[in-house]
Amino acid sequence: MTYIPIADQPNELHDPHTFISKYVWSQDHKVIAIQYGSTAIFVGLIALVLSALMRLQLGYPDTFSFIDPADYYQFVTMHGMIMVIYLLTALFLGGFGNYLIPLQIGARDMVFPYLNMLSYWFYLLSVIILLASFFVPGGPTGAGWTLYPPQAILRGTPGADMGIMLMLASLAVFVVAFTMGGLNYVTTVLQARTNGMTLMRMPLSVWGIFVATILGLFAFPALFVSAIMMTFDKLLGTSFFMPAIQSLGETLNTAGGSPVLFQHLFWFFGHPEVYIVALPAFGLVSDVLSCHARKNIFGYRLMVWAIIIIGALSFIVWAHHMYVSGMNPYFGFFFAFTTLIIAVPTAIKVYNWVLTLWEGNIRLTVPMLFAIGFIFTFIHGGLTGIFLGNVTVDLPLSDTYFVVAHFHMVMGVSPVLVLYAALYHWYPKITGKMFNVTLGKIHFWATFLGTYAIYLPMHYLGFLGVPRRYYAMGNTDFIPDSAQALNANITQAAIFVGIMQLVFIFNVIWSLKYGKKSDPNPWDATSLEWQTPDNPPVHGNWGEKLPVVYRWAYEYSVPGAKDDFVPQSIAPEDVEMLEGEGKYVDRSEEH
Amino acid sequence: MLIAIAIVLLVIGSVLFHFMSPWWFTPIASNWGGIDNTIEITFWVAGFVFIAINLFMAYCIYKFGYNKNRRAIYEPENKKLEIWLTGITAVGVAALLTPGLFVWADFVNVPEDAHEVEVVGQQWQWSFRYPGADGLLGAADASNITPDNPFGMVPDDPNGQDDLLVSSKEMHLPLDRPVKLLLRSKDVLHNYTVAQFRVKMDMVPGSVSYMWLTPTREGTYDILCEELCGIGHFVMRGKVVVEDEESYSNWLDSQMTYAQLNAQAAGNPQIGQALYAVCSACHGANGEGNDALNAPNLTGLEPWYIKRQINYYKTGVRGGADDVVGMAMAPMAAILADDAAINNVAAYIDTLPDVSSPTTVAGDVEVGRALYEPVCGICHSEEGAGIWAVNAPALAGMSDSYLVRQLQNFKSGVRGAHQDDEYGFQMTSMVSALRDDEAINDVVSYINTLR
Repeated sequence: MTYIPIADQPNELHDPHTFISKYVWSQDHKVIAIQYGSTAIFVGLIALVLSALMRLQLGYPDTFSFIDPADYYQFVTMHGMIMVIYLLTALFLGGFGNYLIPLQIGARDMVFPYLNMLSYWFYLLSVIILLASFFVPGGPTGAGWTLYPPQAILRGTPGADMGIMLMLASLAVFVVAFTMGGLNYVTTVLQARTNGMTLMRMPLSVWGIFVATILGLFAFPALFVSAIMMTFDKLLGTSFFMPAIQSLGETLNTAGGSPVLFQHLFWFFGHPEVYIVALPAFGLVSDVLSCHARKNIFGYRLMVWAIIIIGALSFIVWAHHMYVSGMNPYFGFFFAFTTLIIAVPTAIKVYNWVLTLWEGNIRLTVPMLFAIGFIFTFIHGGLTGIFLGNVTVDLPLSDTYFVVAHFHMVMGVSPVLVLYAALYHWYPKITGKMFNVTLGKIHFWATFLGTYAIYLPMHYLGFLGVPRRYYAMGNTDFIPDSAQALNANITQAAIFVGIMQLVFIFNVIWSLKYGKKSDPNPWDATSLEWQTPDNPPVHGNWGEKLPVVYRWAYEYSVPGAKDDFVPQSIAPEDVEMLEGEGKYVDRSEEH
Repeated sequence: MLIAIAIVLLVIGSVLFHFMSPWWFTPIASNWGGIDNTIEITFWVAGFVFIAINLFMAYCIYKFGYNKNRRAIYEPENKKLEIWLTGITAVGVAALLTPGLFVWADFVNVPEDAHEVEVVGQQWQWSFRYPGADGLLGAADASNITPDNPFGMVPDDPNGQDDLLVSSKEMHLPLDRPVKLLLRSKDVLHNYTVAQFRVKMDMVPGSVSYMWLTPTREGTYDILCEELCGIGHFVMRGKVVVEDEESYSNWLDSQMTYAQLNAQAAGNPQIGQALYAVCSACHGANGEGNDALNAPNLTGLEPWYIKRQINYYKTGVRGGADDVVGMAMAPMAAILADDAAINNVAAYIDTLPDVSSPTTVAGDVEVGRALYEPVCGICHSEEGAGIWAVNAPALAGMSDSYLVRQLQNFKSGVRGAHQDDEYGFQMTSMVSALRDDEAINDVVSYINTLR
């Protein structure tokens, strides 16, 4: 049989007819994206409440009777784990990956729709197992989101019995879900692009999600095996991570294992995980910036290569999380070197975002505000990363509030601002309705300024040497009372930001019902998803014929063209020009 | 437009905050000034980049706001600019990294004249071991740990006999002499941090990690654990005293060697019985206690706990002027002339059959259980029997009015706040989880059920 590219094969989608097959057991990538997205946002809200509880204790110790030390460590642990894995990873890849990949590359759906559906249900199962751990005896694990053994599975740590087992089981199921989704994303990007959509014409959103997924497929197995090994240590009495030790006065029957081995496995997953979240954010924000600046993304090819290089380098920097772990300190030279190399492609991305604004024609829409906010917070978080990546500077700052402030700026606030930018940007496409702009702006200002009020001062507590993961500071000579006062202020800001997220939730739900009907392409954007025949796009996305792509996704403000954007799918001869400007010429690939 | 102003204000605000912040590095007390210099370089470079890029961005937003009659420029890329920016960034990053790596090279290479001190971490206490006259530390292993051998010393290692074993939260270091700290953990991961020294390192069970420094300033500094090690992580505190050579050697001389500790005679209950006659006036002939006299039940308490508390009463750690009830005990403890006498009394009390005190406290047992099991029960054991390894005494069967009073004392700082109270300070922090008197009654009424 002769090979026919997917884009040229006849449309053989079988449209679902029942409510169940349309919205519940759906194989439509858009429905799955919404399922992924709303589940992720739901658990994210739980994690947000956990962080508020944790902040209440830190800001007002000795006050709230419902937060004892065990609770506190459980809040910290579950907050971190949910935010990193079950919110950020799931929303960027399961949510935006699912929604945007087929639409932006001109495919009718994912290559394996059934597997895609299973991916969501396994993800939901992992969430249910995770949440179940709140209701078992002993509660969820309080081992810190890094789950370091031996303490994670020993008495003395909250949830060291059922809690940690459910956590590990949930992670293992999550990895299964991710693998099913991830294989789909990669295959779809490689196989199902429509005619004319070369790799170097793909929007950066797809590039970011694509490379992040590849990272995930290599990195998550390390988490998977470490979860299995720790489960064995706990249940079967193996000693993968357990040397000969005592536990609260008892000599354990373990020997020969290495706790540092777990840390290597964890961070071999954990560092790429940072970029599994960051690369999709880089991609999405690039598209938002370019569209609302009415200007092509600056240096597209370098942006693509930066994504690829960052992705590759992210696998050889993991031990910078372990400078003071007791591993051979000579490793510090190598990992400090590789870590600071990553700063170069990352800085290039920042330059190019800012240069995209240069001589643009900037519309300060709600998504654009979030995108600009992201650049600010990402510069801040990136620069504090240079402190921690430099092994010497890490010595005094490791395990202090500085670390907490750094990773929240770079991996919490920054990706979340991109998520909001993206959610507002694609909301009209996903729902067919326009969100309320005033509420969106209120949400932006509260979130942007509020998070900075939380995290800027927190760095300075870290300089002072305030340790993280302390339920109460007690009597510590070098920590003045003013540090406690500052902690109370930080808590106030955190509670404020937390409450203001309800504005977003309200806006999403309210606009769904009462929002104005949106144009199919309200932002005058060039990429394919805005050119669908139906708004929101229906099952199969493109009607009878797939779109054909003629150029990159950033053809904004072309000199002489009538409109300030030229969609990817309009043939050159159909591009309307201003009078006396002659014919349209594609200059984007002149190099 | 507003966003451009906001970014400028945030940049200005951040710089002002930086220079006006009272929260800043502690005054350094070690040789690691090179770390502080590296941080300073990083600050200047990072600060410059932060200000420059953000102001440029704010300018772009201000200058290139939307105008429907205007077009953005069309410029897919600018190779020359991109190469320049990449090159400058690479040079800047190299400039940041290089000085740091030189300092790191110093850190990983321990000077040959450094003397060695071992730091031992466990949930949630510190102890320390100094090589004796031979300058060598004997072998030790977690599998040897017993109540009589808390360091896990290998008994027949000749190098270990003169090791000084410091079972205290306080260590001493001589000024201006490089020291290599050998870091060992008995159970889970810990981390040895002294903010003023700048350097820190995790302690990994199953292996010995290390770091070195030269203390350069006299004083007493907090030792913190900075690797999450379980529920008591935040109360795992110690002190390091940096002092001149003379004070240091005096302090060393006052410490006991492993051989000396082994040679200590066990308490003699027969002699102890005679000494106990004084105690029995209040604590009762069978150690059952007497609530009317505020004398707690002594049965069920382990000798190590009785000994420590009698010593505290003798030295004024407990029973001070603000301890209205406890001050009665201070002159009584003084009757016991020396450690041998205390040993003997403790040995006698250990022979008394355990009796439970009558219950007098009423509280919500279920609320108490929810407080006790995940927090108190970790150290004092779920059955309230106490755990020697964490120096937590038995609670089950104790006089409940005494327990209430002690929890209140810990809360108010009457007990546990004294700097020589080795473990009581942990309770002053832990008890903050009991937010009010009602919670104290609840937890004690639950403890009453554990008998």
